[in-house]
Amino acid sequence: MSAPNPTINGTLAGAPVVAQILEPSPGAILRRRIFGHVGLVLGGAFLVLIIAMALLAPFLAPHDPLDQELSRKLIPPIWHDSPKATWEHPLGTDLFGRDYFSRLIYGSQISLLIGFAAMLISGVIGTTLGVLAGYFGGRVDMVVNFIITTRLSMPVVLVALAVVSLIGNSLWIVIWVLGLLIWDRFAVVMRSSTQQMRNLDYVAAAQALGCSTFRIIVTEIMPNILNNLIVVATVEMAHAILLEAALSFLGLGVQPPAPSWGLMIAEGKGFMFFQPWLIGIPGAALFILILSINLLGDGVRDVTAPENQN
Amino acid sequence: MTKTVIDVRDARQTFMISAGAFRGKRPLHAVNGVSITIDRGEVLGIVGESGCGKTTLAKMILGLLQPTGGDILLEGRPITELTRLEVARLLQPIFQDPYSSLNPRKSVGNIISLPLKVQKDPHPESWRERVEEKMALVGLAKRLYNLYPNQLSGGQRQRVAVARALVNRPQVVICDEPTSALDVSVQSQILNLLQDLRYQLNLTYILISHNLAVVEHIATRVAVMYLGRVVEEADTASLFERPQHPYTRALLESVLTPEPALGVPDTQLGAAYPNPVAPPSGCTFHPRCTQVMNHCSRIAPRPVATETGHVECHLYAADQGKERAIS
Repeated sequence: MSAPNPTINGTLAGAPVVAQILEPSPGAILRRRIFGHVGLVLGGAFLVLIIAMALLAPFLAPHDPLDQELSRKLIPPIWHDSPKATWEHPLGTDLFGRDYFSRLIYGSQISLLIGFAAMLISGVIGTTLGVLAGYFGGRVDMVVNFIITTRLSMPVVLVALAVVSLIGNSLWIVIWVLGLLIWDRFAVVMRSSTQQMRNLDYVAAAQALGCSTFRIIVTEIMPNILNNLIVVATVEMAHAILLEAALSFLGLGVQPPAPSWGLMIAEGKGFMFFQPWLIGIPGAALFILILSINLLGDGVRDVTAPENQN
Repeated sequence: MTKTVIDVRDARQTFMISAGAFRGKRPLHAVNGVSITIDRGEVLGIVGESGCGKTTLAKMILGLLQPTGGDILLEGRPITELTRLEVARLLQPIFQDPYSSLNPRKSVGNIISLPLKVQKDPHPESWRERVEEKMALVGLAKRLYNLYPNQLSGGQRQRVAVARALVNRPQVVICDEPTSALDVSVQSQILNLLQDLRYQLNLTYILISHNLAVVEHIATRVAVMYLGRVVEEADTASLFERPQHPYTRALLESVLTPEPALGVPDTQLGAAYPNPVAPPSGCTFHPRCTQVMNHCSRIAPRPVATETGHVECHLYAADQGKERAIS
């Protein structure tokens, strides 16, 4: 609101152009709102850092995350007042003498990959079902609701455990199992958002202009439910990452020696009382990742909410 | 070229309404046998209370709802035989609420050029020029081209909606309460704009409104709807001077006057609009009619021709009513 107002200075008073200059474009308004939102900026910054860490892992990691050296096992991190602590292993080493810092860095790759891929798969399934149900209503809606209810009646962790123990476990099996299981929130949210948009006059106007149903859904409805979609996507990404950690912790997710954060916690749990950093460090990493994703999602919701427009 | 652009023949629209979780669905006759013709250059005003089927009729004419009975002919061809794009070239709507009829995520230029895009207009390079031409026609400055609807006022938004409707040069524009969501000061601007455009572009209008002053101002012919039927139809002048149907008379009496001492006019109608799921027997207007007769509750009136239109009331077909009451 502190934009200089030329009409007040009197220099351009009365010129009709002034009104337009003072009216900021939607992009400018959005930019200002994004950078004024602490949670969004913080979450976004942390997430960018973690993504950068995952992408640059080969350059950042001082050691091979799989390299075992039993003579150097269980070195405490650098802040421990222990003669064993060394800058060569800033976060110490685990039971097999693998560098914890390198494992943490490579672990971010697995978490982000699983979170992103599972979110993408579930997003495609859930959004398709939800938008179709919301747009067409009637029978389609009934069928989709039945599918959603069926899915909701299955406990995710139990089904994931059963499937993984039946058909074996690799990273991609975990991704597909999670992706095929957690689309319900996408479907429910997209269905209700589409229903709200569907009855607005601009959809009727587009129909009266002769637009195809496909065009109406893609160009009229989707842009208006995109903000809800982004919020659900962040929530589901965090959900998938946590589920992967839980599955790995139970030994049915990513298999050792891959450096998954959930697996690191599982491997460290026997040393919880004497080497607490073994679960503390990956736990904290997981916490920061989930927090930053959720902050980002909440921020997107706040910034794009219609009641905050103008 | 035929004189008649739109010919609605006994159109019906029945919705199945569920009356509760454990009861079956019941039919609601939103439009219950409407026959009406609209000639080129005419302005047909459709008036009636909320829920009488005005908007449903408009949606059927626009092809947004399939009639459950009867026919709608556009330029002599059944609407069912026309493609979506053909109907769109012929007819365009203007909606009541310009706050919901414009996609908030699209710029003014994108909104107005959408019809050209959808019709696969062969000259994309001329779109901008044609959009700006239509913007000038409806009184929008060129600089608004890249703005978004939330940066415009209500009147400007409605002008955008008008420009979008006109960009493909339709024959007929269906205005569904085009001014009732606008400020009073803006209403007259939009009405005058519609009036000007009618002469400039030789348009035909269907004007749906419950504002009788608007209808009297613009319409050349008026149809009065009650519970899904057109109960009276006549030239604007004769309808406003010599209303025939008791419902039309009550509607005209209900118009508020600027004179505060006169208070709210009493229409003698009572407040109860009948339940459209279970409409009254015979003439559906009989429970509220001031001139109700014995057979009104038993026999539905037939349309009777008047000087310039028709009326559906036993008052003007007393013989017909009695005759059928005996048989």
